[in-house]
Amino acid sequence: MARHVIAAVDELPPGTRKFLEIDGRPIAVFNIKGEYFGLMNRCPHQGAALCEGPLIGLAQSSNPGEIEYTKLGEIIRCPWHGWEFDIRTGQSYCDPRRFRVKAYSAHVEPGASVVKGPYVAETIPVKVESDYVVVEL
Amino acid sequence: MNIQFRENQEAASPLTTKSAIADCDIHPARATRTELYPYLAKRWQHHLEIYGVHAYQGMMEGPPYPKAQPNASRRDAYPPEGGPQGSSLSFMQEQLLDPNNVQLGVLNPLNTGQGIRNHELSAALCSAINDWQIDKWTSKDKRLKASIVVGNEDGLSAAAEIRERAGDKNFVQVLLLSRNVEPLGQRRYWPIYQAAEEAGLPVGVHAFGFGGNPITPSGWPSYYIEEMVGHSQCQQSALASLVLEGVFERFPKLKMVMIEAGFGWAPSLAWRLDKAWQRLRSEVPHVKRPPSEYIREQVWWTTQPMEDPERREDLFDVIKWIGWDRLLFATDYPHWDYDEPSRVLPAGVSEANREAFYLGNAKKLYGIN
Repeated sequence: MARHVIAAVDELPPGTRKFLEIDGRPIAVFNIKGEYFGLMNRCPHQGAALCEGPLIGLAQSSNPGEIEYTKLGEIIRCPWHGWEFDIRTGQSYCDPRRFRVKAYSAHVEPGASVVKGPYVAETIPVKVESDYVVVEL
Repeated sequence: MNIQFRENQEAASPLTTKSAIADCDIHPARATRTELYPYLAKRWQHHLEIYGVHAYQGMMEGPPYPKAQPNASRRDAYPPEGGPQGSSLSFMQEQLLDPNNVQLGVLNPLNTGQGIRNHELSAALCSAINDWQIDKWTSKDKRLKASIVVGNEDGLSAAAEIRERAGDKNFVQVLLLSRNVEPLGQRRYWPIYQAAEEAGLPVGVHAFGFGGNPITPSGWPSYYIEEMVGHSQCQQSALASLVLEGVFERFPKLKMVMIEAGFGWAPSLAWRLDKAWQRLRSEVPHVKRPPSEYIREQVWWTTQPMEDPERREDLFDVIKWIGWDRLLFATDYPHWDYDEPSRVLPAGVSEANREAFYLGNAKKLYGIN
């Protein structure tokens, strides 16, 4: 599994996302309240750039008239047909059996470990004293 | 390792690898509120500023239901130069026409002058929309063809507009909406069908329109999703009316295109009509043949929203009844329920049927070489 340094932590504050292409794959990395998640930027339904959609919450109802709204800012809604996916897992809520977005592990590593490793991003100037968002795929 | 950023990426695949297609439902939009003014007499410009427009549906500032995405459109379809989705020719070329190798694109403008109580204003706005379609779209990109928008509730002025545009190669059909003041087979609409038949132009019936009636046969529903599926109910009423009022009998060369309301319901509607007609034909003696015969001979269907049953065999059964020569592929660009050309048709379709589905049927119907 290759590690890709994609941004300094400061460049990807909570609530933002970054689009990139790794090994020909369109990917977006999200910062959700300090946690990082990578998703394939392609909707498994009809192929739209899924991660360009709005971040919403999850509306669920156990009974008509009772609505629970959770996971605020953790659900991505496709800019075309509105299919909803959980950023943490890539799971679809309308058809979890057939549709799932490829999710990639993303986390923060200190600059020192990034610089030492063989996986230094060519487009990101890396400093030992900083922290970096790293995606694995 | 090499990382490239999205902003620097060029479009991936060369265009020539994709087979040419027709897109029979494209919605061009106006970039500004006053974009039609150059095509409107001063009298109507002032009228709009002072009085606005009065639709058949009262108390209506916007559409009666919210639309799931901004302007009911794809969020990635805002033109880079600004303006609403569908308002830029260059961006439509870049996002829809070029990458999908669209050889024929049929424009169906919405939010026009249709369904307005003041029939003279309705006619003026429709005529302006038609001029605008030529100036802004069809004269600038030969792949695009326009629909003649007509003041639908006034059959005579609508027929006059059709006759004025007849023979103009910028136009390939007449455009009506499915929700009107009365069901579409009624006599007030007959001058439209007569003029269209004379001009050799199909009449497209697009979902939507606001004729003042509830949008379902059982009243006003609570949710947008009910409006979405309600379009098929409305088209069924329209089609039944066209058959039973004798429109197809009276205008045997008339061709109707059912746009954006699905087609999976067509066989069952025709079966029920045929069965009822066998018992009740004396009520409608002007309907001389089983309703299904008129439907199969004189009706075409656009695909978006494409039927998507779990078993593809179910889809093929429906299409077999309708006929592979009757479906016209459409994306509905830039609207949010857009169908992606490469994703709508399951595997297992012969090359000849695929070609007809994506291009051949449309070229034949609309007379494009």
